[in-house]
Amino acid sequence: MSGLFALAGNQNSGKTTLFNRLTGSNQHVGNFPGVTVEKKEGRIKGIKDAVLVDLPGIYSLSPYTSEEVVTRDFILKEHPTGIINIVDATNLERNLYLSLQLMELGIPMVIALNMMDEVRASGNVIHVELLSQKLGIPIVPISAGKNEGIGDLSEVVKKMMTEQKALPKLDFCTGEVHRAIHSIAHIIDDQAKQAGYPLRFAATKMVEGDRPTMEALQIDENEEHIIEHIVEEMESRLHTDREAALADMRYGYIEALCNECVVKHQETHEQIRSEKIDRLLTHKYLGIPIFFGIMLVVFWLTFTVIGQPLQDLLGNVLERLTMLFSAFLQDIGVSEWLRSLIIDGACNGVSSVLSFLPIIVLLFFFLSLLEDSGYMARVAFVMDKLLRKIGLSGRSFVPMLIGFGCSVPAIMATRTLSSERDRKMTIVLTPFMSCSAKLPIYGMITMAFFPHHSGLVMFGIYVLGIIVAILSGLLLKGTLFRGEPIPFVMELPSYRIPSGKSVLLHMWEKAKDFIRKAFTIIFLAAIVIWFLQSFDLYLNPVSDASQSILAAIGSVIAPIFIPLGFNDWRASTALITGITAKETVVSTFSVLTGATTDLQLTTALQQIFTPLSSISFLVFTILYMPCVAAFAATRRELGSLKGALLTACYQTGAAYVTAMLVYQIGRLLIS
Amino acid sequence: MTLDQIKPGYRGTLSVVGGEGALRRHLLDMGLTPNTQVTVRKVAPMGDPIELFLRGYVLTLRKEDAAKIEVVGVEKV
Repeated sequence: MSGLFALAGNQNSGKTTLFNRLTGSNQHVGNFPGVTVEKKEGRIKGIKDAVLVDLPGIYSLSPYTSEEVVTRDFILKEHPTGIINIVDATNLERNLYLSLQLMELGIPMVIALNMMDEVRASGNVIHVELLSQKLGIPIVPISAGKNEGIGDLSEVVKKMMTEQKALPKLDFCTGEVHRAIHSIAHIIDDQAKQAGYPLRFAATKMVEGDRPTMEALQIDENEEHIIEHIVEEMESRLHTDREAALADMRYGYIEALCNECVVKHQETHEQIRSEKIDRLLTHKYLGIPIFFGIMLVVFWLTFTVIGQPLQDLLGNVLERLTMLFSAFLQDIGVSEWLRSLIIDGACNGVSSVLSFLPIIVLLFFFLSLLEDSGYMARVAFVMDKLLRKIGLSGRSFVPMLIGFGCSVPAIMATRTLSSERDRKMTIVLTPFMSCSAKLPIYGMITMAFFPHHSGLVMFGIYVLGIIVAILSGLLLKGTLFRGEPIPFVMELPSYRIPSGKSVLLHMWEKAKDFIRKAFTIIFLAAIVIWFLQSFDLYLNPVSDASQSILAAIGSVIAPIFIPLGFNDWRASTALITGITAKETVVSTFSVLTGATTDLQLTTALQQIFTPLSSISFLVFTILYMPCVAAFAATRRELGSLKGALLTACYQTGAAYVTAMLVYQIGRLLIS
Repeated sequence: MTLDQIKPGYRGTLSVVGGEGALRRHLLDMGLTPNTQVTVRKVAPMGDPIELFLRGYVLTLRKEDAAKIEVVGVEKV
């Protein structure tokens, strides 16, 4: 017999840690259909044929966020064998609010009462058996972080598979709400059965005025009228509205339950400790400097101290391997063009991207630490006001900041954002933060045109990127991402020491993701570029790069850039190759101009650009679509190729317009 | 008095939870229901959002949203 289990619970309840404990490292990460909400699946260790699906962290089953809708749909449509509801015992009241709603779905359920070690250590008591009796479902006290009680939980899950007992009906509603729910239940009995909805759940949703459920049940106008009448009567008797009435009823029930089952003397040590830590980390004056200090250390460690040597090492190893492989291919007499395809095209392309792996893995190591410790929520708290004006919340700040290092991990990091709208918008805006791979291009241009003002030019370019991001945010907020943003009502969880296993698994997941990208989309792109560079229009191999298809394409599109002040096939070709990786812009200029020294390159550039057009070229370069690796990340995180292409078009369009403005306004000023 | 006007270090009891749609539902779901006792703990460095303590946990929300919540019986903690 096989079983499908759903793991549901609040954010910050230790859900991911429990998921890792239950499944070990055999996990599969994907997306729920149609949305960019991550779906993790794994087999439960020690139980045959039991699959566990990690549902998103939510607080309620309301129909407002995609996470909540996904959870509802999954449970209603996939009919899991059982639900494992993880509940944070240090925060029982609010966690049980979701539990009550899950129980309405009528599916066998077990509560995994997490962080019981913290409750015990603080001297507080939860009478687990009494609580279990009252709710009518099994409750297993656990500590996912310390690996306690996981075996007991597995036993209960195993039992659920064989017994498949229906959930006893728990009637926790009282008075007027009770009357309304039961009256409505009579009316919609047939429709609920037909739609396969649990009656109790459906009736409650009718009282709440939940549109999606009404549509699913195909309530006709007449019935809707009667239901509305019942609910209005309930409202007038309670002197409150439907939503407040239900929330109030649930919390009222929970308060009474906790009064009976919980003996609380004081806050847990973790809660007291968190308050102390926050005195510093969210301090009025020190909070922001400390945040930037932490990010500086993260960047410094990632890009300089540990990352750079590792990147160089990996780069060297990959280069050696490529050379050995190349020699081997020559030895066995492989034809020259095939060797070039394998070595110059595939191997070099993939290894230049793969050498970024250490940086990405390291960044995610630090990010997991920040996220799992609870600090990321504080960052959102501290930085929220800054991002609100462009329609985002403080949560988006960290991915954007990482964008200054590398867009790929930045885009991948948006996955922790709790709102789909924010996530998409952040993905579109992040590449405007000038990444470190663009530095060589700044170096090249400033060397040739502004040797004495290189710092100023670079600073200006960075600021311009941020300004374009802000303007884009304002534009997108008013157009594509219109509609109400998800309110910024966020829990600040207690600080906890991250579990090493979770951090490592997270790193491994991101590394796998990146390696897969390197060997698929980036591999393909490298081969295409190689082909375009190595053959002419008649498919003859070329020795001079200026004869290649790529150069031909460059010449064709070059006039597009006339309004930007440059019309040179080498510039447009460099922009095309820059899509593989931004540093390539520099090497392409060297190859196409035949320059071997910096001085030669400078002279060549001075023939292609004027100082003003060099600026507009630079502006275009930092803003136009990011490299293929970032594009692949965008595609993955948006969950659609179309979305990624649109994003790239938007970015390139924004780059074009901005560069043109810079050039044209600059020309007016100069003349 | 509305929740956004309460100074850090003071607490009160919620009387009316206003707002509408997703925001209101979210406030209610997070436990900001009438008759709940809420302590204002902190204001973020840039003056917004605010940090609250209720039902044994810490919650943050923006002042403009807090302005939709009415509080009675405000006292120093």
